[in-house]
Amino acid sequence: MTGAHPLRSKRRRSALRTAAFLSPWLIGFAVFFVYPLLSTLYFSFTRYDGFRQPAFNGLDNWSYVFTDYPLFWPAMRNTLWLVLVMVTCRVAFGLGIGLLITKIKTGTGIFRTLFYLPYLAPPVAATLAFVFLLNPGTGPVNTLLDAVGLPTPGWFTDADWSKPALTALALWGVGDLMVIFMAALLDVPKEQYEAAELDGAGAWARFRHITLPNISPIIMFAVVTGVIQAMQYYAQPLVAGKVAAGVIGGSGQQFEPGYPDKSTLTLPQLVYNLGFQRFDYGTACVVALVLFALSMAFTALLMRRRGGLIGAGE
Amino acid sequence: MPRTGRLTTATAVLAAISALATACTGQGADTASDDPKADVTLNFWHGWSAPSEAKAIEENIARFEKAHPNIKVQVTGNMTDDKINQALRAGGDKAPDVVSSFTTDSVGKFCNSRAFADLNPFLAKSGVDKTKVFPKTLLAYTEFDGNQCTLPLLHDAYGLVYNKTAFAAAGITEPPKTWSQFTEVAQKLTKADASGHSYEQVGLMPTFHGYETKPTRLAAQWGATYFGADGRSNLAGDPAFAKMLSAQKDLVDKLGGYEKLERFRNTFGDEWSAEHPFHTGQVAMQIDGEWRASMAKEAGVPFEIGTAPLPVPDEQAADYGKGYLAGTIMGIAAGGKKQNAAWELVKYMTTDTEAVVAFANAIHNIPSTFAALESPDLQVTPEFKTFLDIARHPKSSTTPAKADGGTYQLTFEDFAYGVEKGDVTDIPAGLARTDRQIDTDIAKAK
Repeated sequence: MTGAHPLRSKRRRSALRTAAFLSPWLIGFAVFFVYPLLSTLYFSFTRYDGFRQPAFNGLDNWSYVFTDYPLFWPAMRNTLWLVLVMVTCRVAFGLGIGLLITKIKTGTGIFRTLFYLPYLAPPVAATLAFVFLLNPGTGPVNTLLDAVGLPTPGWFTDADWSKPALTALALWGVGDLMVIFMAALLDVPKEQYEAAELDGAGAWARFRHITLPNISPIIMFAVVTGVIQAMQYYAQPLVAGKVAAGVIGGSGQQFEPGYPDKSTLTLPQLVYNLGFQRFDYGTACVVALVLFALSMAFTALLMRRRGGLIGAGE
Repeated sequence: MPRTGRLTTATAVLAAISALATACTGQGADTASDDPKADVTLNFWHGWSAPSEAKAIEENIARFEKAHPNIKVQVTGNMTDDKINQALRAGGDKAPDVVSSFTTDSVGKFCNSRAFADLNPFLAKSGVDKTKVFPKTLLAYTEFDGNQCTLPLLHDAYGLVYNKTAFAAAGITEPPKTWSQFTEVAQKLTKADASGHSYEQVGLMPTFHGYETKPTRLAAQWGATYFGADGRSNLAGDPAFAKMLSAQKDLVDKLGGYEKLERFRNTFGDEWSAEHPFHTGQVAMQIDGEWRASMAKEAGVPFEIGTAPLPVPDEQAADYGKGYLAGTIMGIAAGGKKQNAAWELVKYMTTDTEAVVAFANAIHNIPSTFAALESPDLQVTPEFKTFLDIARHPKSSTTPAKADGGTYQLTFEDFAYGVEKGDVTDIPAGLARTDRQIDTDIAKAK
């Protein structure tokens, strides 16, 4: 028998056409995701400093990170703290502000602008402003607290207060979430509220049974993107720690991130510290892979939960 | 696809990636065969950023280019060690051929990783006997395991800069020589503010975040030895470390305690600005390098300035005058193709007496060669002379170069933060733990 079966040939052409259309994405995926991921995995089993050839060292880097590297576990705890507390606070605060503004009858535009503007400030500038505002010695916040007889925390210089201070900074820049929540809240059908009111439902019942189910996909979006942002949190804690520690000038100065007491140390900072300051690429790759695995685990967990929430909404 | 097929493909992909990855890594050349008389342009990266410093570099380079018409130098300033390291690894035409860095702590890492070329063959070829040109301590912090991968380019000595006017007001006639005198003077110079919760002035900011008040500066006064003959970390083995940490903690407590001092420290201006707390009168004594007195004068301080060596522990009073030494280093990129021309620049900048003295005068640093230290052209003010004497003191010391760069110092510093804060109850046990960490880190870096 010569020549291909017409149906098979048609299928092959169709498959080729599909592959051709998909190829830009496939090439991008392979070059910018698969290759870096596999390279990272490979280098995590080597001793590599960028000059000498990578030398296979088995599980040395992995065992160093988990048992001997004194900064790993504090960074892991801080990152998890930020994921759980900062993300929760940001979502709750963004939703609260969104709800408040949708209820306001007059001056909505002014309030929207006021709450959105801080989001536009560059992260480093915003952090510097917060370090100034929360300066335990000269900051206006502590001056105010002192004037009304309240305790004055050390904020970025106190290990117990540094992460709450970073959370306050994150809440200040919650404008992006506020806008998304406002759009979602305005989309909730008014008839549902009217029907609920006729049935005698109070404000909480309306929020619980109408608002929340309607905006649950948006809440999930805010949580997932918030978790990813928290996993990549780098500049703000680094700048806050450096400025509070008094290490901002002098290119000859060595600085280990995390001031005070490693309380502002995050996993992305470790990747930079190990990779581009210590030039221990192998160990940096281990931390990068841990970060990747954590992100995947959180996202998978949330996406499973998302199904339930959307179901509730529907 | 059958299971074995998939496995084979995955292995092949991984092997291909490995091959690609290894192909991307640079290899440093051990020898240089380029013609130093050929027309070349060198990329020279340094860390200085102040306009006066940049001008001093330009003047130095202009003199070099005049003496070497075939070599042009492209200067890039304000470079940090991170950027330098990344550029050396990346390589290419834009990468530096010659580098100077402020961080002597990085030398071990630079030499160990072969980022910089060994300068011993170049020194030999030029007939330069390094032991006759550079002081021993400076040679110690510019080489690692016999690999002289950098040379000293000016250096720093650490001592005490003090407010003479505040001393007179407190009835103190001379700077403290021993640690007990230092503690007493620091207390006398400390004044509470109107609220009583903070300070109008502290005698000294003794915490280890107090700019140059680093554990390494104080450890040098105790004559501490960081590593034993076997190369292992010796923090617990040398009682000097525990004594120094206890003395510093005692001073922190006597001046008001860690928390109160840290709150006050947060009111300080930037170390390199006119708002430095010594300039503003917030601290009466500052542990600092030779540059502070001239910086304070440039800032127009309204008080008289005095300088002195740092105090020594009471039992080492005979060694008063010694201090901690560090400085700027200069090296040649190992992967560079113009190493002989690069050596001409390094040789000029680091060994030419006229060049070294002119540069030292311009940026108020201590010269790094015997000849320049004795040069009649060196401008020596009374404040600067103190630091020159510290630099010449036979018991002045530095921190040794190690394969992990300055990581061991950061590990020790981290432990010292815990001590001064009061988190450490058993200092010897903590030092033993720190030793183990340092040994682990160094073994990993080798």
